[in-house]
Amino acid sequence: MTEVRAAIAAAGIRKSFQVKETGQTVHALDDVSLEVPVGTLTALVGPDGAGKTTFLRLVTGLMTAQEGSLTVLGIDVAKDPQAVQDRISYMPQRFGLYEDLSVQENLDLYADLHGVTAEQRKQRYGRLLEMTDLARFTDRLAGKLSGGMKQKLGLACTLVRSPALLLLDEPTAGVDPLSRRELWDIVNQLIKEENISVLVSTAYLDEADLCARVFVLDQGKLLAQGSPADIAANARGLCFVATPPPGEPPRLLQARLLGETDAVTDAVPHGGEVRVVRKNDIDPARLDALLHEVPTRPVEAGIEDGFMVLLRAKKEVHLSETEASAPERKDGEAGETMIEVHDLVRKFGDFTAVDRTSFSVHRGEIFGLLGPNGAGKTTTFRMLCGLLPASGGTLKVAGVNLRNARAQARRRIGYVSQKFALYGNLSVMENLEFFGGAYGLRGTQLRERIGMMLRQFELEGQEKTRSGQLPGGYKQRLAMAVGLLHGPEILFLDEPTSGTDPLARREFWRRITALAEAGTTVVITTHFMEEAEYCDRIVIQDAGKLLAIGTPAEVRKQAGETDGHRLNMEQAFIGIVEQARGKPEAKT
Amino acid sequence: MSDFREMLFRLLVLIRKELLAVLKDPGSRSILITPALMQGLLFGYAATYDLTNVPYALLDQSHGANSIALIAKLDGTGVFHRVATLETQRDIAEVVDQGKALVVIQIASDFERELSAGRDGNIQVILDGRNSTTAGSASAYLSSVVAEFNAQLRGAAKPPLTVEMRAWYNPNLETRWNFMPGMIASLSMMQVLMLTALSVAREREQGTFDQLLVTPMSPAEIMVGKAVPSIIIGLFQSTLVLCLSLFWFRIPMAGSLITLYSGLLIFTIASVGIGLSISAVSANMQQAMLYSFVLIMPLMLLSGLTTPVRNMPQALQIATMINPLRFAIDLVQRVYLEGVGLFTVWHNFIPLVLISAVTLPLAAWLFRNRLS
Repeated sequence: MTEVRAAIAAAGIRKSFQVKETGQTVHALDDVSLEVPVGTLTALVGPDGAGKTTFLRLVTGLMTAQEGSLTVLGIDVAKDPQAVQDRISYMPQRFGLYEDLSVQENLDLYADLHGVTAEQRKQRYGRLLEMTDLARFTDRLAGKLSGGMKQKLGLACTLVRSPALLLLDEPTAGVDPLSRRELWDIVNQLIKEENISVLVSTAYLDEADLCARVFVLDQGKLLAQGSPADIAANARGLCFVATPPPGEPPRLLQARLLGETDAVTDAVPHGGEVRVVRKNDIDPARLDALLHEVPTRPVEAGIEDGFMVLLRAKKEVHLSETEASAPERKDGEAGETMIEVHDLVRKFGDFTAVDRTSFSVHRGEIFGLLGPNGAGKTTTFRMLCGLLPASGGTLKVAGVNLRNARAQARRRIGYVSQKFALYGNLSVMENLEFFGGAYGLRGTQLRERIGMMLRQFELEGQEKTRSGQLPGGYKQRLAMAVGLLHGPEILFLDEPTSGTDPLARREFWRRITALAEAGTTVVITTHFMEEAEYCDRIVIQDAGKLLAIGTPAEVRKQAGETDGHRLNMEQAFIGIVEQARGKPEAKT
Repeated sequence: MSDFREMLFRLLVLIRKELLAVLKDPGSRSILITPALMQGLLFGYAATYDLTNVPYALLDQSHGANSIALIAKLDGTGVFHRVATLETQRDIAEVVDQGKALVVIQIASDFERELSAGRDGNIQVILDGRNSTTAGSASAYLSSVVAEFNAQLRGAAKPPLTVEMRAWYNPNLETRWNFMPGMIASLSMMQVLMLTALSVAREREQGTFDQLLVTPMSPAEIMVGKAVPSIIIGLFQSTLVLCLSLFWFRIPMAGSLITLYSGLLIFTIASVGIGLSISAVSANMQQAMLYSFVLIMPLMLLSGLTTPVRNMPQALQIATMINPLRFAIDLVQRVYLEGVGLFTVWHNFIPLVLISAVTLPLAAWLFRNRLS
């Protein structure tokens, strides 16, 4: 075979789908041309529905484009998909592990499927198990592994043979920072040792930053390409950090700045400060007026800043807060204790999922539960909501234990689960009506509340759509609308932002901040460490134990932050977890 | 009082949601009608032990006047159809083995001689025992034809005893009359069991069950909210089969509709209780499906629908005591065919009420306390 320059060469690719229900045509990919160089790590980034997965599936030959040409490893995929499939490995978003088979049996199965010989297996298994650190668990059922370990096993199964091209579709979605780092180490090691080409789609821009080349997709179109530095250059000279007055949570300043869409492209809380990307053509006087004389200093543009500039330039995202979309005020004393947990224990058999955890949450606070997969976050969360009985200790939510409280007490809380948990074959309106009724709302009161939620979560016009058919972002807004329909005092959110793109995440946090401002208490679990910056206080759990509690600044300090050595939340998190696990300090 | 109204309102909301979820989906909508009609028709036509066509083979080695007269009589019944006329004894095995003939009649070469000598003539009948029920009825029918022939042959002397048979409640002893009323209960049970077994399991799998549990609805309310739509659907299924049996197969109903429906109602509640309990212990829809399949078979077999309960071994007869279908079939058949009133079948209500009283609270308890 002749030497091929590009692992993937796409020219003028078009792919559209017909939506059965509405008869509309969706352009998943619209005139996309790109080249993925051989032997490099390349990233495909973009918001939800950008066409990332579609592109990967076209490369695998699992579907064909309507227009354009696509050459993979020098082979025309449309003509000879089998030849391409023989030389690539593909890990889809939800990798098909057999949960009732052990780790070893899963590996054997995939090795059998790919016709890997016994001789090759011996070498390959040893290496894969060592890389993924799964050697100790070969007899464990795949279904009993934690989320991060499952992803690693999925990757190992994908790699039972050495491919020329490896395709990874959001391999780290829903995986904690520690496991995420391990996954990337494996991929980097592969590229170095086996000289394979890797194309990875991701919603994490810090991951794209590790790649040699980045393609930015949005709504089926290729927005930009180049090295991470090239992408970051879009925001060059526009970035600065603003320091909020001491004692004030950065999210207040951040929310105010993000609301000024004509002046500011992006604002996120970062290390106790606010990182801002300003509009290129903004009048300096206007910016000064906005900042209310808080101190600022310019910073180097990062890939996420560049990405936001690209996306915002394309479509004017309206984030303006109107009177109608503002959440209603909750009355109550500001410092009142809403949740009190004391020596909480939960055991499953002889496994302790949550070990003597104590904390309390006050009214109007945003309280974050952070931890690696399997740390006990979700177990704690489910006990708070009354979905799981505690094995020991006491807990009080809004003054009662929801587990055995009268039904009325549950009216004071709202719950948004990790995955979309509304009735998919009922319409948006029917879902709202049902849950409204379940909380005892009816008649004009129900109409008014539903109308308010539809406005607040910008769901107007979607009332008749079947909720299962809604795009990802809308689904999440509907779930929030249902959780808040009855005006709860406490809102529980279980990994609400897992798998959503940066754009949707900012919008989400704006709503949460506004809710907390209006007096609603928010308890949230998340994998995204930078999101901890939005919280008033956070808890870090690992292996069921509470490792740290406090404001983000206090937690960073506990992780060893000094004025000279600043840490971001992710570094602080990894530091604290590794300290507790007794491993050497991370080399960050 | 206002608490009660609040609860009633929540129940209504939940029932409406459950019915919407079933009726909005074209797939589950057709599942409500098609299988009941199809299975009802199938059972009505296909499941029959009635003798309408018995294929037989003849090996007549006598060729006498008597043997010819006997065979003519047999052919004249309209039930026996000769499919083969055999030449030698060796041919018998082939027609039976291949299932061509259910019955082989062999008339020996000395048949005529023995008869004319005033001694007994022998006919050998070979039956295909693989189909024991039909073969049994065929042999009985054959015996009656031979008895009639005997009576004619002996002429003057009339046999001292004759049997006059009257089958009550099913004058022509048609299997369909036995089966269709049974189907009114059993078909609806199959559907109700599947529907309810999947209902909670589906919500658990899709995560909506947690969302339900955090609302002010109590597990008991959720249980009732899930049970009522299933009961409505179960009764609708029964009605479909009832109409089929009344208007299509024209099996006359002797009893009152009120008695029938009050029996069906309590029976459907018991089935829903079993279905919801299955659903509550299942972690996902696959498990729920499997459990209900495993359960449906013994429920059917131990119901007395196809084979009478009193023919079963003692241990199994005791086992039928916890099978709601057993009581429902007894009840429906007696009300439908016999026309008995509530006072005659009331004893069937007791076990049905007991089964509901155990399974429904159990399901409600399991909703919240199943170890996850």
